[in-house]
Amino acid sequence: MPSRTPLVLRRIYPVAPRDLEQAGTVSTEVRRELLALGMSPDVVRRASVICFEGEMNIVLYSQGGRVILLVKEDRVELLFSDDGPGIADIELVSQPGYSTAPDWARELGFGAGLGINNMEQNSDLFEIRSRVGEGTVVRATILLGVPFF
Amino acid sequence: MKLREIAELVEANFITGADQAEREVSRAFAADLLSDVLAMVQEEGVLLITGMTTPQVVRVAEVMNMGAVLFVRGKLPAAATVEYAMGTGIPLLATRRIMFETCGILYKAGLHAAQRKQMPLDHALPDATRS
Repeated sequence: MPSRTPLVLRRIYPVAPRDLEQAGTVSTEVRRELLALGMSPDVVRRASVICFEGEMNIVLYSQGGRVILLVKEDRVELLFSDDGPGIADIELVSQPGYSTAPDWARELGFGAGLGINNMEQNSDLFEIRSRVGEGTVVRATILLGVPFF
Repeated sequence: MKLREIAELVEANFITGADQAEREVSRAFAADLLSDVLAMVQEEGVLLITGMTTPQVVRVAEVMNMGAVLFVRGKLPAAATVEYAMGTGIPLLATRRIMFETCGILYKAGLHAAQRKQMPLDHALPDATRS
């Protein structure tokens, strides 16, 4: 269900495919925004980790996309959307250890197959939708003021 | 343990952040696989020991609020990465020692291991076949 609470902040960051020089910079920006808003260290840290994993996924696997940061009174939402190629079997790619990463991604220290699981672990609400040939959308939500276990 | 002590123990140089030599790091995590760093480190202020020198190492250290990065095996990051690290305030150190030696020396001197998050496959038997 979309949240109807008032918006505090919205930022849209384009992410270029295969751009390894820039990969990770959106996450550092998101972290700075959340720190500037005075978010708790726990929320900043979880959002930053989610963002880094999502951003790397767009860089490594997609044909380009964007990260949208939405801060509302009661939640931080991170939306990742890309322009393809889409994921045929979301359950399969969410399994820890499963990876389709090419060698060049693994040589950079990524592609261990932990990313989606790690995003989910750090989120209170987590959702992936994908259509092969069109693209993938991930929404990760951190609820503020809710104890995280 | 202070960064100054760490540098002395493993004969490391400060690439940047020498002014923060008195900074304390609580614990250490050693890996080249950044996926593991992102998924397993749960505390802040941890020392990252790594042989990976890509720009993403410093960005991972930044978003996870790590205490410092210690590069092993004589590897050095590119100038642009060092410059970026200066802006983040995360000290970078480098030693010629290999990762095994570096970890051994620091562990023996009393630096603790980072606590690792529970992982989904932790309960699998070591010899179990992965599906």
